This record gives sequence, C-alpha cells and structure tokens, in this order.
Amino acid sequence: MTTGDRPLSPHVSIYRKQITSVLSILHRITGVALSLGGLLFLYWIVAAAYGPQAFGTAQSVIGSPVGRLVLIGFTFSLFYHLLNGIRHLSWDVGLGFELATLRVTGWSVVALAVVLTGLTWLVVLL
Amino acid sequence: MVQLTLPANSRVAEGRHHRSADAGAKTRLFKIYRYDPDSGRTPRLDTFEVDLATCGPMVLDALIKIKNEIDPTLTFRRSCREGVCGSCAMNIDGTNTLACTKPIADIRGPVAVYPLPHMPVVKDLVTDLTVPYAQYASIQPWLQATTPPPTNRERRQSIEDRAELDGLWECVLCFCCQTSCPSYWWNGDRYLGPAVLLQAYRWIADSRDEFTGERLDDLEDPFRLYRCHTIMNCTNTCPKGLNPGRAIGEIKAALARRR
Repeated sequence: MTTGDRPLSPHVSIYRKQITSVLSILHRITGVALSLGGLLFLYWIVAAAYGPQAFGTAQSVIGSPVGRLVLIGFTFSLFYHLLNGIRHLSWDVGLGFELATLRVTGWSVVALAVVLTGLTWLVVLL
Repeated sequence: MVQLTLPANSRVAEGRHHRSADAGAKTRLFKIYRYDPDSGRTPRLDTFEVDLATCGPMVLDALIKIKNEIDPTLTFRRSCREGVCGSCAMNIDGTNTLACTKPIADIRGPVAVYPLPHMPVVKDLVTDLTVPYAQYASIQPWLQATTPPPTNRERRQSIEDRAELDGLWECVLCFCCQTSCPSYWWNGDRYLGPAVLLQAYRWIADSRDEFTGERLDDLEDPFRLYRCHTIMNCTNTCPKGLNPGRAIGEIKAALARRR
C-alpha cells in the first residue's frame, strides 16, 4: 500500500484495552507458552532416557523456585487456552457473540483458569 | 505485518496549548491530533481549553467550536451531525466512534481525539479511506440474480427473510470497526476487515440474491476472511450498535456448513 509521505495514525498505543481484546492476545500468548512448555517437557523426558545424572539435573532445574514458577505459568496457560478454546468453538457455530455474553464468558474463563490452576497445585503440593 | 511502533514520520510530538480567555469552572481540555502536510513537520498533539458552558453536548460540537473560535485550521469530516452519514468517525477517548453522537459528559478527564487508527493521515483528523472503499467495491455490494425480476413489481421477500437483514442494513460505512481491528492494522492490505465483511454478509443473507455460492467462494481465503480471530474490538466500538463480529462468524459457519 503506497501512501506517499502520509503519516500513519496511532493505533495500539492509543486504543483502549478491553476484556475481549486482552483475552484474545492472552490466548495467543498462552498458545506460544504451551509450545515452549512442550519443549521443556521434551527436555525432561529426554533427560530421563539419557541417564540418572542428566535426569537429576533436569529434576533440580524444574524443581527450583524459578522452575516451579514456570510450571505454574504452564498450568495456567493450559487451562486458559483450553477453556478459551471452547469459546472459540462456540463462536465457530455462531454462538456467544452478544457483548454481554462475551463479557460473562470472558471473565468466567479467566476465573475458572485461575481456580483450576490453584486446585492443581494444591493437589501437587499437598 | 505486526509493527507495534509508528514509523519515524508518524511519531506524535507535543503540540501547542491554546488557552481560553474565558476559562471558567466548566472548562475541559481537548487533546487533538494535528498533522499539516504543508508544514513538513511530523504530527503533534495540541491542547485546547473549551468552555462547556457555551458548547453543545457532543464531541463534534466541541470540535466545531474550536474550529470557529480558536483555530480555523483544525480539519475534520462532518456532515449530518446525527449519526447517519458516518463522516465524523474518529478515535475519541481510546475507542472509535462518531463525534456527533459521543457525549462529552461520557468522558472523564481530558478528551483525547485521534484520527481513525492505523490509517494514512491526509490532514489532522482526516484519513485516507481509499483502501477500505476499494475493498468494499470488491465484494460487489449489490443484488445479483440470473432470474429476471417479476414484471411490474419488486422482488418480494417474506417478513422472516427481510428480518435476516436487520442489524446489517443499518451500517453507515463509517469504518469505526474496520480501523479498530488489530488484524486489520497488521494485514489491512489483504484482510477485508469487519465493515466490509459485514457488508458481504448482508448480501449473503439476502434471500433475493442468487450468487450466495460465488460470494462465499470469493471469501474463502486465509487472508480475506480468516484473519478474523474474534478479537471483537469491532462489535465493542460500533457506534450503530451492530455486530460485525457475529456477521463474520455467520460467514465462517456458512462456509463450514456447505463443506
């Protein structure tokens, strides 16, 4: 698109964030996080196949406070992406497009993902 | 392509502060995007003090007051001043809307006014809409049929079939939704955008149109249609209360059904 020397009007920097758009970009971000988390999981399994020393290193890396934090993030990404994926499925059959519905389903997905992440880690840590 | 920052010629500098002589208790600040193509300078953000005691209730009233009384060079499109022409579409207080139907009282703090986002700026609040208009033409927005119309009367529709067009025909093509869509920002050269897709669906949904199949064929494309990721900025911003997001969802569903 050639527009001569005309400036481009401001966009992301000035556009108001809203629950719908924030959850949409969060869906993308958690999708990327899940792909990277998959690689981490692969490393863990490969280390187990490699030998006790490598597996020990993997266990200490993943079990460290930072590793735990990453795993919590991964758990949230998994639940959020899964639940928001259901919203996408319902949109694909033409349901749930009203603004009020979008807000209710959006906040519900966030709340449920937080609760499920919390419950999972409660089970893990107890 | 996603580019979050503005090109060098588009960065917005701090502009002038126009003080009001009769600044009273009802003075509001308006921060307005300015760009003068003849100045050779980059865009700037000017601040205007507007006395609301002598101003109409809508943002457009304030813009007209500024143009009349403070700075006659302020440039913007407007016509009907009642939300049916779609000329005064702009970004007000962070979302796109029609300046003529946006009450100043709905906004807290200084009123930020920008042109429609991610568009080439002609001057101040006027953007170049050549691309969306061309995209609109590309969907052939007219009734197409091979059957000749009945003699001496119109092509008739049942009340139910006519009701299918409600929520679609009201679109005034202001392009508020089009320019609110991040997918359109990043892929506006190939993605048709919410306004044009809502119009496309208006003809797909029309019981009198006999080219539904061809219309769907034309839209079945990873870029023209499927850049929509249901972000829903479009529906959130529509000043006419329409739902472009749903219209796009209906097109996708129609494509899935016919497989």
